[in-house]
Amino acid sequence: MMERSRLVFSGSGGQGVITASIILAEAAVIYENKNAIQSQSYGAAARGGSTRSDVIIDDTEIFFPKVVQPNILISLTQESYHKFAAIIRPGGLLLVDSKYVKVETKVDARHIALPMYDTVMKKIGKPIVFNICVLGALIGVSELIKPESILKVLETTIPEDFMDMNKKALDLGFEMGEKERR
Amino acid sequence: MNNRNNITFVQGNEACVEGAIYAGLDFFAGYPITPSTEIAEHLASRLPQKGGKFIQMEDEIASMAAIIGASLTGNKVMTATSGPGFSLKQEALGYACMAEIPCVIANVQRGGPSTGNPTHVSQGDVNQARWGTHGDHAIIALTASNHQDVFNITVQAFNLAETYRTPVILLLDEVIGHMREKLVIPEPGDLPVVERLRTSVKKGVDYHPYLPREDGRLPMSDFGGEHRYNVTGLFHDMWGFPSNDPKVVSELLRHLIDKIETNVNEIAMYKEYWLDDADYILISYGSSARSAIHMARNRRARGVKIGVLELQTLWPFPAEMVREKCAGAKAVIVVEMNMGQVVTQVKNAVDNPHTVFLANRVDGELISPSDIKTLLRMIQGKGV
Repeated sequence: MMERSRLVFSGSGGQGVITASIILAEAAVIYENKNAIQSQSYGAAARGGSTRSDVIIDDTEIFFPKVVQPNILISLTQESYHKFAAIIRPGGLLLVDSKYVKVETKVDARHIALPMYDTVMKKIGKPIVFNICVLGALIGVSELIKPESILKVLETTIPEDFMDMNKKALDLGFEMGEKERR
Repeated sequence: MNNRNNITFVQGNEACVEGAIYAGLDFFAGYPITPSTEIAEHLASRLPQKGGKFIQMEDEIASMAAIIGASLTGNKVMTATSGPGFSLKQEALGYACMAEIPCVIANVQRGGPSTGNPTHVSQGDVNQARWGTHGDHAIIALTASNHQDVFNITVQAFNLAETYRTPVILLLDEVIGHMREKLVIPEPGDLPVVERLRTSVKKGVDYHPYLPREDGRLPMSDFGGEHRYNVTGLFHDMWGFPSNDPKVVSELLRHLIDKIETNVNEIAMYKEYWLDDADYILISYGSSARSAIHMARNRRARGVKIGVLELQTLWPFPAEMVREKCAGAKAVIVVEMNMGQVVTQVKNAVDNPHTVFLANRVDGELISPSDIKTLLRMIQGKGV
């Protein structure tokens, strides 16, 4: 039985943070037969504002749907890193983008800073798939679910013309994450 | 919507939509409002796919009036709203009670009163669902804590609306409406679907819209179809014409209430967890029930004899069932996100009301398992 995974995705409105979290949870439920719950904070936050999405993945039934202490925290802006780093579960995993977040090792967590944004811009040139690269890095390092499951969700939700770009972003992220795996 | 082997990953509002489609919804009129908006949004695409009609009205009052009219013409109907919109619907809702018109009203609760706390959770409309419209009346209100159950109670809401010719309120909340989780769509035939009971009276023969059959039910005739008849919000006779004859008034009012209150056990839906030997019972519903079950599961693992009674039918309140389930408990904690609406009903229902406590939260955040645990420890005489 897998350990219950509690994730908090945080960043800035428009980065695709919430979309990425939904894709992850949907892939876990539909293609890996797991239970998952996704919820997000609704408020006045919009493009440019701070966003947060909670995901819980487990083999057993999940009742309380919110994440109090994430064992995985993804932060894509300095603001969200400062806001949420303190709630990470001791010994957890912190994944940040090295362009946007300057890591200060104040919390008891494994810090992984990857140049996800810069890699996407260099190899693909479209910021729109940044979030998929983050998702690739996340599953690369954590082995939460298989990349094929993410691709299956993408195939059903995005136009065919955008698939190559998304697949490439997922692969780039996965490779970066895999190298950090322990 | 992504769908594999009928497995979907959706918001609670979408689960409600799929349940309504499954139940045979023909017509939706509404005015989008947070946190119910996704119900209108998804029905706008789903309903026309199966030949139904979706209309965005000018406001909530018109939406309620539109579904009443559409129901009379033979359609299964629904509207969806939240707090302020639910207030606006109350007058027409009373009309549907009086004229006995089947309809389903989803209220995805947010913080109130007034425009309140639109994007945050609350369960403050429990009593409004019961008494929001004026005058003596009975009502059915259902709720659920997970998406599979949201689907099921939505189907059941349509079934009860048709069976009892009454408005049925789906009392969801922001957490359930917005969060995403697994929903397995049942195959046709897996869940019972009650169809409209239509009159067998032939065209050209007098049809009495409010003359009950021997079993008490009132067969309907599609308005504008084969029979001419009157519909009114005034007290009315078997023809549907206004009357203030004391006998007519008294009999109709008693009928409106009795048809639901005498069937409280048939209408009562609930789930129970670890109640058999429970010293402590948590009573909850909607999203707060998730916290109650979570907390009870953890305490059980530590040897505490604690169980959960999750109510899915809030109105008519299943008092007799609650009394029986709580008979052996040392203490009962009602977990809800308001200042104590269901707890009042529970206190009235049980033999020892002084052993009933309220664990609540009214700040727009979902009540947490540790909030409930704190109260339990106080009741147990342990430190906080």
